[in-house]
Amino acid sequence: MTIVRSTCVFAAALAVASLAGVGLSARPAAPAQEPPRTLAVPHGDALPVDSQGFLRRWLVLEPIPVPGALTEDAVHEVLAANDVWAHASAPPADGQTAMAAGQSYAWHAVDTLAYNLNLFHFAHALGKPTSNVLFWATTIVNAPRAMTDVRLAIGSNAASAWWLNGRHVIALYNDRQAVIDDGVSPRVTLRAGANVIRAAIVNAGGATDFCARFLDAQDEPITTLTASLAPAEGVSR
Amino acid sequence: MRFPRRAAGALLAPAVAVSLLALPVSALDGDPGLHDPSTVIEAGGKFYVYATGRGLPVSMSDDGWTWRRAGSVMDAVPGGRPGPEVVARGGDATWAPDIVHVGDKYFLYYAAPGRQPKAAIGLLVGRTLDPASPDYHWTDAGPVVWSDGIEDSNAIDPGVFHDPTDGSLWLTYGSYFGYIRLVELDPSTGLRRYPDRAPVDIAINSEASDLTFHDGWYYLFVTHGSCCAGANSSYNIRMGRARRVTGPYLDNMGVDMLQGGGKLFAGSRGRSVGPGHFGRLVLGDDVEKFSCHYEADLDRGGRSVLDIRPLLWRDGWPVAGDNVTAGTYEIESARTGTALEMAVQGVPVGGPRGRGAAGRGGRGRGAGAPAGRGRGFGPGGPGRGFGGPGARGRGATPPAPIPAQQASDVDAAWPAGPAGVRLAPYMLQAQQKWTIAPVAGAGGYPGSPYFRIGLAGTERVLAATADGELTVAPAFTSAPEQLWRIDQLTDGTYRLMPKAVPGTSAPMALSAIGSSTPTLETFRAGSDRGRWLLRTP
Repeated sequence: MTIVRSTCVFAAALAVASLAGVGLSARPAAPAQEPPRTLAVPHGDALPVDSQGFLRRWLVLEPIPVPGALTEDAVHEVLAANDVWAHASAPPADGQTAMAAGQSYAWHAVDTLAYNLNLFHFAHALGKPTSNVLFWATTIVNAPRAMTDVRLAIGSNAASAWWLNGRHVIALYNDRQAVIDDGVSPRVTLRAGANVIRAAIVNAGGATDFCARFLDAQDEPITTLTASLAPAEGVSR
Repeated sequence: MRFPRRAAGALLAPAVAVSLLALPVSALDGDPGLHDPSTVIEAGGKFYVYATGRGLPVSMSDDGWTWRRAGSVMDAVPGGRPGPEVVARGGDATWAPDIVHVGDKYFLYYAAPGRQPKAAIGLLVGRTLDPASPDYHWTDAGPVVWSDGIEDSNAIDPGVFHDPTDGSLWLTYGSYFGYIRLVELDPSTGLRRYPDRAPVDIAINSEASDLTFHDGWYYLFVTHGSCCAGANSSYNIRMGRARRVTGPYLDNMGVDMLQGGGKLFAGSRGRSVGPGHFGRLVLGDDVEKFSCHYEADLDRGGRSVLDIRPLLWRDGWPVAGDNVTAGTYEIESARTGTALEMAVQGVPVGGPRGRGAAGRGGRGRGAGAPAGRGRGFGPGGPGRGFGGPGARGRGATPPAPIPAQQASDVDAAWPAGPAGVRLAPYMLQAQQKWTIAPVAGAGGYPGSPYFRIGLAGTERVLAATADGELTVAPAFTSAPEQLWRIDQLTDGTYRLMPKAVPGTSAPMALSAIGSSTPTLETFRAGSDRGRWLLRTP
């Protein structure tokens, strides 16, 4: 029910081209278009993963223009040249900005209504480019207890790289569609409480999105997690 | 009408040199020479098989791959020969045994022919198969069935069957003269349960019968053709199936095996002539094998040898699978359809081309594509095309073939040390081709030796890591984590397991846990994640 209301608010906000009140700011004037239906404004402290374990609450940075090359080497170059975390003094929050290659980009809090987060919808709603871009995304995964031998399972369009609690755990390269559980990390441990995911998604052209969930030791989705935006006390990002 | 002359000890082969491993793996290692084998049976972590010959020769193996002679059954029988009642009903030869484990007893049935078709099938009862055990001995339990030399039966070639549906025990027997017959046995004694009832005739014109059960059907295997003539033997294994153990057993065309029907299960092929004497070995987790002997193994001078091969099930019928042979393969996940590759940036076969080559992995509108074609705007983005560097107008020279990509063409950028392993769409690229080769002297498992899985054209090999993941090691060391067991499963796909994973004794199998991600984990028979296809690249 909360999600439905959020959708209505989000859509209404888009209809009047005013996103400041719902978290997506700085949308320029643009011809009326069908608003995206897959994203909503977060409400509440934390959002449970869906029945298939997909994380649905994220902070996403506005797209950073990049060459759009998707090979492993090219992605590494893009990430090194646009490392918004290197000089960040505090964890990001909705509305804050980050610097990349001398330019400022804003973080936006979004909930996805689907299993995946549609970055094309995200950027398009902001009037930002969707092709040849880098998206940074982050979320806090709250685990009710420590969980060993779990895996972060992701899919992305297109290339992506993922970190869990500061450790690089999985990457996908080359032109690709977002397939559920396309890339799966080695066995990792989710600590009780807050765990931080950072992701970078590089798109060349066309649609762009990602999905992420955790699988347990039997490769079954973990459905007891929540995702939140505010860092828990003592958690370093 | 004829009676087979069975090979005895003289046919048993000496140890076979392991240099044979350089050839495609076709039969077993060590001393697999025998004739008319029983079903291979596993006990106490070892494998045993019994055969025709003086005193019933015993062969055993620690792993199912390397076999050795272990004396004769009659060495452990008081008197060292068939009991007097068996000899009286048949003769004192000892042929073609079969064995079953029921409760705490092993029942070993053997043929004791006299002047055929006068023959008998005797029973020996034991408590252990291990010749080194102090409890190892066989007790003569007398004759079970016999043929008097006139009736339509030649009571040799026993095949014992323990029905998994109700625990009943059955014996088939016979050879060419008259019928293949079936009698029910008493599971507590191994002797006939209803000795006054007439046997049931279930097939003709065959021998070496054996029964098994699968998915609601009883299957009768028999051997057709002639034996004991080396490469001139026409032995071949045929089968029919029935809903009841007593038949009727019909082949795939509905012909009753009592009228000569029989669907071919295994015939001569490759370097092996005349398979016969089927036996089923169920190892669990969708791994099944069958044992047989070949009348002539051309790689072993035409001797008769044991073999163990995968047993598959397809459309309700057993299918004789083949052990993996050396070669270069694409290793494709049955779950995801993606191929195992060393995690390096691939190079398109023939080299990058087209407008998108620099950043899109070679995709893009080809130089020869007509203007206006190949454009689009979808998930893959614009700039796709149909042309390539060789696409030209009419009348031009036909485009030259693009040679296959070799590792040496593209390995300049590959890491010198260990590299990761992942799954990706198969693109005919060098990092996706694996050379599978048997490893001499490293042991094996039923039917096969351990294999090395190397990146084709390199010294790099696939290996397990201490954290249960995969790596491509820069060189082969023959360490257990670099040796692979490759079993063909009952659906024809393959299971790949390292001989050992460092730090654990748990068996683990190569598994696709994502479209792009392989790992090692416990094999799950009900899932495609641990099933792989070996395709010609």
